[in-house]
Amino acid sequence: MIFKMMTNKILKTGGIEEWLLADTPDSAYQAWAGRAYLGWLAFMKNRLAVLGLLIIVSLVIIAVLAPVLAPYDPVETNIGNRLQPLSFTHYFGTDEMGRDIFSRVIWGSRLTLYVIGLVAVIAAPVGILVGTVAGYLGGIIDTVLMRITDIFLAFPKLILALAFVSALGPGIENAIIAIAITSWPPYARIARAETITIRNCDFIKAVRLQGASGLRIITGHIMPLCLPSLIIRVTLDMAGVILTAAGLGFLGLGAQPPSPEWGAMTAGGRTYIIDHWWLITMPGTAIFIVSLAFNLLGDGLREVLDPRSDN
Amino acid sequence: MSFRPELPTRTRLIKTLKQTVRILVMLATTFLGLLVITFLIGRVVPIDPVLAVVGDKASPQVYENARIAMGLNLPLWKQFLIYIGNVVTGDFGTSVLTANPVIDDILRVFPATFELAVTATVIGIVLGIPLGILSAVKQGSFWDHVIRVIGLFGHSLPIFWLGLMGLMFFYVRLDLLPGPGRVDIFYEGIVTPVTGFLMIDSIVAGEWEIFRNAVYHLILPASLLGYYSMAYLLRMTRSFMIEQLGQEYILTARVKGVKEWKVIWGHALGNCAIPLITVIALSFGTLLEGSVLTETVFAWPGLGLYLTNSLLNADMNAVLGCTIVVGAIFLGVNLFSDFLYKVVDPRAR
Repeated sequence: MIFKMMTNKILKTGGIEEWLLADTPDSAYQAWAGRAYLGWLAFMKNRLAVLGLLIIVSLVIIAVLAPVLAPYDPVETNIGNRLQPLSFTHYFGTDEMGRDIFSRVIWGSRLTLYVIGLVAVIAAPVGILVGTVAGYLGGIIDTVLMRITDIFLAFPKLILALAFVSALGPGIENAIIAIAITSWPPYARIARAETITIRNCDFIKAVRLQGASGLRIITGHIMPLCLPSLIIRVTLDMAGVILTAAGLGFLGLGAQPPSPEWGAMTAGGRTYIIDHWWLITMPGTAIFIVSLAFNLLGDGLREVLDPRSDN
Repeated sequence: MSFRPELPTRTRLIKTLKQTVRILVMLATTFLGLLVITFLIGRVVPIDPVLAVVGDKASPQVYENARIAMGLNLPLWKQFLIYIGNVVTGDFGTSVLTANPVIDDILRVFPATFELAVTATVIGIVLGIPLGILSAVKQGSFWDHVIRVIGLFGHSLPIFWLGLMGLMFFYVRLDLLPGPGRVDIFYEGIVTPVTGFLMIDSIVAGEWEIFRNAVYHLILPASLLGYYSMAYLLRMTRSFMIEQLGQEYILTARVKGVKEWKVIWGHALGNCAIPLITVIALSFGTLLEGSVLTETVFAWPGLGLYLTNSLLNADMNAVLGCTIVVGAIFLGVNLFSDFLYKVVDPRAR
């Protein structure tokens, strides 16, 4: 109903762009859409960020369509066909077990998305919860929570992740848990900093006077305002998460063979670098491209969403 | 000359003392936090430490005796206190893999990692800071874009992969640089370790051939780690410099007719020095982390390789020992940069 009204109005005023850029928006929705559109325009100007976004979108598409796109089974071995160079039957050649590397790289995109998705889903909510609670309540709770955060921040991420993996045992799920445990502290810091600036705003006071509980203020009013800076940070971090997960896979502590995880594939090709360059080149390039894409997108988002950035 | 009223010496002394105590308390709590984490990891690990010692054929009596001997029958908080006591006195237990005390192993392998990390940091500083400055001064130019891409690649390339590719090109294909390891195999074990730093030891022993060989072996892994350090430093230098160059004192200096190179290298860089010290300290810590993967690729017999081998053999004492040592170094480096900060910047005193 509302949507129909909107569409009518858009048609009447002539052109969606005019509706979006109207000086006097009729509704909060129109204002929001207008702002989003302006942000999108600014984002589109940053060609590198758009490239990053395109790569990530393609990654998602490749992951979804993996069964269709991959010409061979990613784990089925064929010893008679091992270490074949690049050809039209095997675009990226075959590995030491005769598996098609092209298919393995394609299926590996699913594992990459699985890792970054789960890390974001675990670490971001924990970080935002700790940060907003600490920032809003203040006092002793703030001190205690931030001390714990500082402890995690004070130590190298990979080393802590390694220690956790050693306790949990190797495997992709355990690697994800270990990475998530070491990823939340910066998010808590950011959320706390945002909360402290928001906490004393007049609109929060107004909501409190109306009788809103602390829980409601935190979840309904503070958390949404923390999201933009948090999203940028999470996006920027995803490049690091991909590299850490691949590193754990390379060390044999992440995804286990025969799973087509890119880091583990690189480790598998290590012994063959003298005569068979494609074994390590292909999965490594895939890691590089995806992590580069997240770096580009993160930088672009920062420029659009964060007015304080210097660029 | 000073505009600040001089505080009486006693008040200043008390102030310094208070600050020192505050920093020490903070360090102690952070370190204690790390110990809590490693202690808990050591408890939840699915490997039974008693079984690892007595073997699975031991009778219940032997098993129970071993358990009591290891202090595992005590309440958890008592175990934790004993644990803190052990760690503080440098006792991380015995490595299952090498049968040596973990601390001895760490002391033996650490110089190799230190040699690598220091060389890499030097490479990072020597290249990263000038490139960052160039990029900031010529902001938006072709060179700025090239330098930014170099930096961006450093944040995106998997270090273990770049190491393998480096080995493939410079060792396998071009045969310009030696392969993995710290020296060629036939040079190994000739120089008696005095300091553990092969460079110094070989000079002390007068073995120039070995020194040259060791330098060759260092080039590839150190440049690789140095590249990552450089990527980080140039990015930070760039943003610090852009901020400083926009300040009014720079305009004043230019109006006064100060030469441009002096404005950049003297005025602007001078004011970047303080944040840069912190960044360099941080990057040194990150290199210790990067060394885990680099050392695995290059079979470099340092802390990283030791940690990886212990991990793969579920040698918990060694893993947690390494974690604590690296954590302590991190804290030490941070403390050192805080201290330098205070020396360089009069405002922070």
